[in-house]
Amino acid sequence: MQLVLQIVANGLLIGGLYALLAVGLTLIFGVLRVVNFAHAEFMMLGMYGAYWLWSIYGLDPYVSVFLITPVVFLLGVAVDRLVVQRSIGKPDVTVVFATLGLSILLQNAALTLWRADIRSVSTFATGSVFVVGGVRLSVAMTVSFAAALLFALGLWFFLTRTMYGKAIQAVAQNRRAAALMGIDVKRVYLFTYSVAVAAAGAMGVLVAPIFTIFPRVGQTHIVTIFVIVVLGGLGSVPGAVVAALLVGIIRAGAGFLIGTAWGELAYFAVFLLVLIVRPQGFFGRRGAEVYGG
Amino acid sequence: MSRSSRSIWGNPLSLLEVTKLGVSYGDMIALHEVSVSVEEGEAVTVLGANAAGKTTLLRAISGLVPAREGTILFDGKPMDGVPAHERVERGLVQVPEGRLVFPFLSVEDNLMLGAFTRRARARLKSSLERVYAMFPRLPERRAQLAGSLSGGEQQMLALGRGLMALPRLLMLDEPSLGLAPLLVQEVMNRVARIRFEGVTVLIVEQNVKQTLKFVDRGYVLENGWLALSGSAKELGASDQVRRAYLGM
Ligand SMILES: Nc1ncnc2c1ncn2[C@@H]1O[C@H](COP(=O)(O)OP(=O)(O)OP(=O)(O)O)[C@@H](O)[C@H]1O
Ligand SMILES: [Mg+2]
Repeated sequence: MQLVLQIVANGLLIGGLYALLAVGLTLIFGVLRVVNFAHAEFMMLGMYGAYWLWSIYGLDPYVSVFLITPVVFLLGVAVDRLVVQRSIGKPDVTVVFATLGLSILLQNAALTLWRADIRSVSTFATGSVFVVGGVRLSVAMTVSFAAALLFALGLWFFLTRTMYGKAIQAVAQNRRAAALMGIDVKRVYLFTYSVAVAAAGAMGVLVAPIFTIFPRVGQTHIVTIFVIVVLGGLGSVPGAVVAALLVGIIRAGAGFLIGTAWGELAYFAVFLLVLIVRPQGFFGRRGAEVYGG
Repeated sequence: MSRSSRSIWGNPLSLLEVTKLGVSYGDMIALHEVSVSVEEGEAVTVLGANAAGKTTLLRAISGLVPAREGTILFDGKPMDGVPAHERVERGLVQVPEGRLVFPFLSVEDNLMLGAFTRRARARLKSSLERVYAMFPRLPERRAQLAGSLSGGEQQMLALGRGLMALPRLLMLDEPSLGLAPLLVQEVMNRVARIRFEGVTVLIVEQNVKQTLKFVDRGYVLENGWLALSGSAKELGASDQVRRAYLGM
């Protein structure tokens, strides 16, 4: 029993980290109708930001997250203006190549600037654990888990309770009708993209004490994140959170029972099963992805 | 009428003045040299067969498709380069063809988004009361998702959402499209009422006979060209209109 609790806890913690990436990716898809292949590269940039501020100035990631997140937000503004918005309305392949190209560009920029060396940040949180009811929890993981859930809750509140949040939903459901309400659709795109990639950057900072840092680190996670987004239902924020936690648990469970290498296979099997039974994902609405005006 | 809409000669300038408008989709020219005007307080209709270019005209006025040639003046000011959302802020409001309500938002959220502009938001509360009074079925369904409403209810919602924007010119694109005959009647009655409450209206509608009862003037589009224009009375009496649109 203790063991089951421990595995579930480990799974939930890792799932929370995925949620922070998945929520942003699903939001960008839902609102802009763009698959942001470069999403995990913003996490990578957040990790390097945390690394450099820690190694040069000795700043703890839990402090530097407040500096790096706004910087990644501004980077998102620039990328949206220069790359993403220019590809919107063009054929789908253009959009794919735009964000895929951006992903490769960012990876290679990191490779050139910071080389392929594996780096790590160690703080008071690294390796430290606390025990609740016999379950051992990593401090660093718990902090980032809490941050991820707070972000998802805040975003949900913003989207459903504020006028601008509702305007974002309106753009997701029908961009032409949204423009006829006087909503500046391009600004909604800009805001959505920047917030989503800033969340990915923040996640990068928060996991810097946990994961090793290297230029292609985003690539080791992006497939899992895509699986989560599709499982949760394209464009669904609560769906992404639920799916992320579930994938985390399945991975941890299968990893324990039949070995780490099988963890990946296990959630992929669940993924295929769900797609057969419920193609729109847990929270997706059938056909919602084709609304776009 | 505001001072800005009077020319220096003292003649009233139209609220909307479209001059020799040309619009194309790629190589296909959808509108040729179309000139249309609407005075403040007037109701004007645009008639035309399928694919004549009526929706394209309204889209160009709203800024959803670019004008290739010609000018659009609203309240005396040129609209080229003014993005669609800014035109709404200035009072140029369109209830689009096919209603286009936000299906996964509640009825009330749809209405509130109608008042998204700074100008309209300041009067959101009173607008909402007014719209609910005008369409009594909407307050009963305020928490329901708009996508779950019947076609007629969605059209009422779309009209209400348009009114929430406090339009200086309300453009309606086929409000009765796809509705059962009884509902067509109901929607047309509401539109007539909106018009008689003093809202300036530019309407595209297949129910020409009923539309001509409450509009002042009209234009006829044929294959992207302006074919005819005149008062409602003149159009109703014209052989061309009677044959093509009134089935006589
Ligand atoms: N987005 C588009 N891309 C290409 N062609 C278009 C587009 N929208 C309209 N057209 C074409 O432009 C012409 C005018 O279309 P429009 O929708 O303005 O006609 P309409 O008078 O509103 O017709 P209806 O009565 O069927 O609504 C048609 O030939 C149509 O096929
Ligand atoms: Mg039309």
